[in-house]
Amino acid sequence: MTSLAILEPNAEVLNHRDRLIRGLRDLLSTDRVVADEDGRRAFETDALTAYKQMPLAAVLPTTTEEVSRVLRYCKANDIKVIARGAGTSLCGGALPSEDSIVLGVSKMNRVLDIDYMNRTATVQTGITNIGISNIVSPNGFFYAPDPSSQLACTLAGNLGMNSGGAHCLKYGVTTNNVLGLKIVLMDGEIVEIGGKELDAAGYDLLGLIIGSEGQFGIVTEATVRILRAAEGARPMLMGFNSSEAAGACVAAIIGSGIIPVAIEFMDKPAIHVCEEFAKAGYPLDVEALLIVEVEGSEEEIESLLGRISDIAKPFKPKGIRVSQSEAESKAIWLGRKSAFGAIGRISDYYCMDGTIPLGKLPEVLVEIGEICARYKLNVANIFHAGDGNLHPLILYNANDPAEVERAEKCGAEVLELCVKVGGCLTGEHGVGVEKRELMLTQFSKTDLEQQMRIKTVFDPDWLLNREKVFPLELHAP
Amino acid sequence: MSDLIRPKDESELAAVVAEANAAKTPLEVCGAGSKRNVGRPLQIASSVTTERLRGVTLYEPNELVLSARAGTPLKDIEAALAKNNQQLAFEPVDLGPMLGEEENQATIGAVFAANLSGARRIQVGSARDHLLGIRAVTGRGEIIKSGGRVMKNVTGYDLCRGIAGSWGTLSVMSEVTMKVLPKPEAERTLLFIGLTDEVAIDALCRALGTPFEVSGTAHLHAEYARRLLDTEILRRPAAVTALRLENFEESLNYRADRLAESLTAFGKVVELDDQQSGDFWNGMRTLSFLTDSDDPVWRISTAPTDGSKVVSALSKRLDCRAAYDWSGGLIWLQTGPTADAGATEVRRVLSETGGHATLIRADASLRSSLDVFHPMSSGVAALTRKLKQSFDPAGVLNPGRMYAGI
Repeated sequence: MTSLAILEPNAEVLNHRDRLIRGLRDLLSTDRVVADEDGRRAFETDALTAYKQMPLAAVLPTTTEEVSRVLRYCKANDIKVIARGAGTSLCGGALPSEDSIVLGVSKMNRVLDIDYMNRTATVQTGITNIGISNIVSPNGFFYAPDPSSQLACTLAGNLGMNSGGAHCLKYGVTTNNVLGLKIVLMDGEIVEIGGKELDAAGYDLLGLIIGSEGQFGIVTEATVRILRAAEGARPMLMGFNSSEAAGACVAAIIGSGIIPVAIEFMDKPAIHVCEEFAKAGYPLDVEALLIVEVEGSEEEIESLLGRISDIAKPFKPKGIRVSQSEAESKAIWLGRKSAFGAIGRISDYYCMDGTIPLGKLPEVLVEIGEICARYKLNVANIFHAGDGNLHPLILYNANDPAEVERAEKCGAEVLELCVKVGGCLTGEHGVGVEKRELMLTQFSKTDLEQQMRIKTVFDPDWLLNREKVFPLELHAP
Repeated sequence: MSDLIRPKDESELAAVVAEANAAKTPLEVCGAGSKRNVGRPLQIASSVTTERLRGVTLYEPNELVLSARAGTPLKDIEAALAKNNQQLAFEPVDLGPMLGEEENQATIGAVFAANLSGARRIQVGSARDHLLGIRAVTGRGEIIKSGGRVMKNVTGYDLCRGIAGSWGTLSVMSEVTMKVLPKPEAERTLLFIGLTDEVAIDALCRALGTPFEVSGTAHLHAEYARRLLDTEILRRPAAVTALRLENFEESLNYRADRLAESLTAFGKVVELDDQQSGDFWNGMRTLSFLTDSDDPVWRISTAPTDGSKVVSALSKRLDCRAAYDWSGGLIWLQTGPTADAGATEVRRVLSETGGHATLIRADASLRSSLDVFHPMSSGVAALTRKLKQSFDPAGVLNPGRMYAGI
C-alpha cells in the first residue's frame, strides 16, 4: 500500500487548472463543481484509504445531459475522469489521479419508474443499493444483489464492479439482474442499451459494461430486475470441529439438491470477534461456523432445515441452532454482516476478496494460515461458502510502515494462492488499483491485450479511470 | 457444400484461424451445423467446425460447475448431469427441429454462442448468466480466456458475456465452463384454457409477482396448444396459458394450491402432473409447435406486458399466430407468406413499443435481403462495429452473419 506506481501527470492539464475549472463551471452550476481544497478532500480516496490523491476538482452533475457535456469537455481538454458512486470501493476503484476530475453520480438518485407487472425498476444510478429495495419492499419485492456496503454504496458503483453479496448463490450478481442502461461515452454520446425486455439485442454490451470498473463510460440510468421476496426466510447455525468438516458439509448440502439462499462460513478468529460485537449466540468452542439460510413458507422452511440437519449429521456439527424468531435471525445476520466493522474495532485490516473452488477450502485455509504466520500477521477468514468467495481479513497496524508493507505482500501471496488452486483474484470487489499488478498471475498478456482493446473501443484516449485494472507496464506510454 | 476444416484441438483451431486472418479469407464457424441457416446467408468457401473438440473436462457436482470443450454435444452434457440429478437450469431451447434438423444436435459451444435460453429464463437467468468461463480463439488467431470455474469472478472485463450471443462473429469458443444446478424433485403445471392474449399475460405476470417461484410462464394460440397437449387435456381447440412450479414434492401441493387461489379471477385451473408437465415444457424447449411448416418465424423480445400489444397490432396487418414465453416477453411469431415475411410491420410495431425481433426462420433469399437481426441505433452500431474489429480486424469469422459488414 506504499508502493503504488502512478503515471506522470499531464503537465498541460495541471498548469491550466484554473482555466479548466472555469470551463467546468460554465457547463454546470457553480455548486456542482467542487474545487476548493476542503471540498476536494472528500474525494481524495475511497474505502481503500491507504491511497490518497487530491483530484483537480470534483463535479456532481444532476442529469445525463450534464454528464455528457462534462465528458465532451474533458475529452476536448485531455482531462482524465474518475467515476465515483459513494466511494465505498475496497480496491481503490475511485482513487483519483492528480490530473483527473472525479465525476460523482450521487446527485442523480431519482427513481424513474417502478413496474411490478414487468418486475423492473428504472433508476438513476446514484441511488443506493438498499434504496431500490426500500422503494419496492412495501409490495413484497426486492433488488437481489446485496453487497455488505448496501446501505451506502450506489447502483453506479455496483454496475462498475459487478457487485455480489451474501445472497447471490441463489439470485446472482449485478450482471444477472440488469436489463438495460444508459451510458455516456467519453465523447459525450449517450447510448441506450436494452430496456425492459429480458435480453438485449445484438452483442451483449450490457454484459461488457457491467464490471468494466468505470473505464467505458458513465452509466447514468439503469433498468434492474426486482424480484418477489419469498414468504419467509430463516437461518440456522452449525459449528464444526474443523474447517474440513464444515466445507464437506457445504458440499453435501449442495450435492443433495438443496440450494440455500446463503451459506456463510467463519473461522475461529472471525467467530470470536463477531460474537463479542453482536452477541448473536455463536458457539465459541468450535473451529468453524456455518450460517445456512433457507426461504419459503413456515412449513417449507421447517422441512428444508430438517433435511439440512440430517445431511449435516455425519460431519458431527456442534450446537446446531435454528433461529426461532425474527429477532434471533436478525442477530445471527448482524454478527456476520458487521464482521468487517467488528474486526475493525480491534485492528486495522486488509480485506482480501479471492474466490476458490469449494473443495479446496481446507487446504487453502491451512496455507493462508502459514502465509500469514510467515509475515507474522493474524488473519480471520469469512467465506461465502456457497459460491467460493473468500474474504481473509489480514490484521495489521496501519501506523507501522513496515507492517503495512508486510500486509500488502502477504495479501498478494494469498491472492496468488487463490489463483493457483483454480480460483481468481477478486470475486466481488474488483481489481481497481489494488490488484492491477497481480493481473498477470491470472491472465496471459494476450488475454489482457484483448481486454485493453475493448477499453479502447469505448474510450479511445484512455481518459476514464486510466490507472486501474491493468498493470501499468502493459499500457503506459 | 463448402470446404470443412475439422481441427482436433484448440491449438489446431487457433492455427486455422490465424491462417485465415493472415490470408484474409473468411471462415464460417459452426459446431454441429444445426443452426447454419440462422442469420444472413454466408458466401464463404471454408467452414471450421468445433465438433472434434469434445469431452467434459471438469465436473464437480458439489461445486455446481462443469467444463467442456466447445464441440461437446449438449445431449452428452445433459446425460452427465442427469446422473447426479443436475441440469442446465436455463433449459436451452433447441432450434434444430423448427429449422428442419434433427432434435438434439447442438453443441454446448453453440448454445452459448447463440445464447439459447428456455422457459426457466424468467426464474434463473439465460444461458449467458450461467457461463462462468471461456477459452476462445479470436479472429486474430489468438487463444484467450476469461472468467474461470468459480461462481463469483470480477477479475478483468467480463468477456464471457461479451462473447455469448455473438454467433461466432467475435471468436470461436474452444472450451466453456458453466454453472449447473440441481434438478427439482418434481414439477407441476397449472393451465388456464381459452384466455385472450391480454388476459393471459396479465395472469402470467401476476403469477410471477407471487412468492411461489413460478419457473415457466407460457401462452399458446389454439393452433399451437393442440400440438403440445392431447385431447384428453384439451378437449376443444383453445388457447392455453401455462404456469410451471418445480420443487420438492412436499412443497408442490402447497404452492400449487396457493398459486391457484391467487389466480381464481382467471377461471378454472387444469393441473398437469409431473409427467404431463415435463412433456409440455419439453415441447416448449424443442418448439415442436413450429415444426409442421416452413413459414417465416420471428423471435421477438419485448417487455412482457407489451407482448400482447405487439401481437395484436401485428394481427391487424399480418396473417400470424403466436406462442409467448417468459410471461409474454418472448414471442415466437409465425407469419403467412408475404414479400418481406412481415419485416416492415414487425419493425414498425417494435419501434413504438420497444424490444427487438430476429427473423429466425426464412428462406435464404429473404434472409439476404432483410435485416435478420434487429437494426441497431447508431450508437450501438458504432460500438458493435468497433468491437468486431477489436476481436477480428480482418473480418474472417462469420462476416456478415449478424449484420452486413460486421
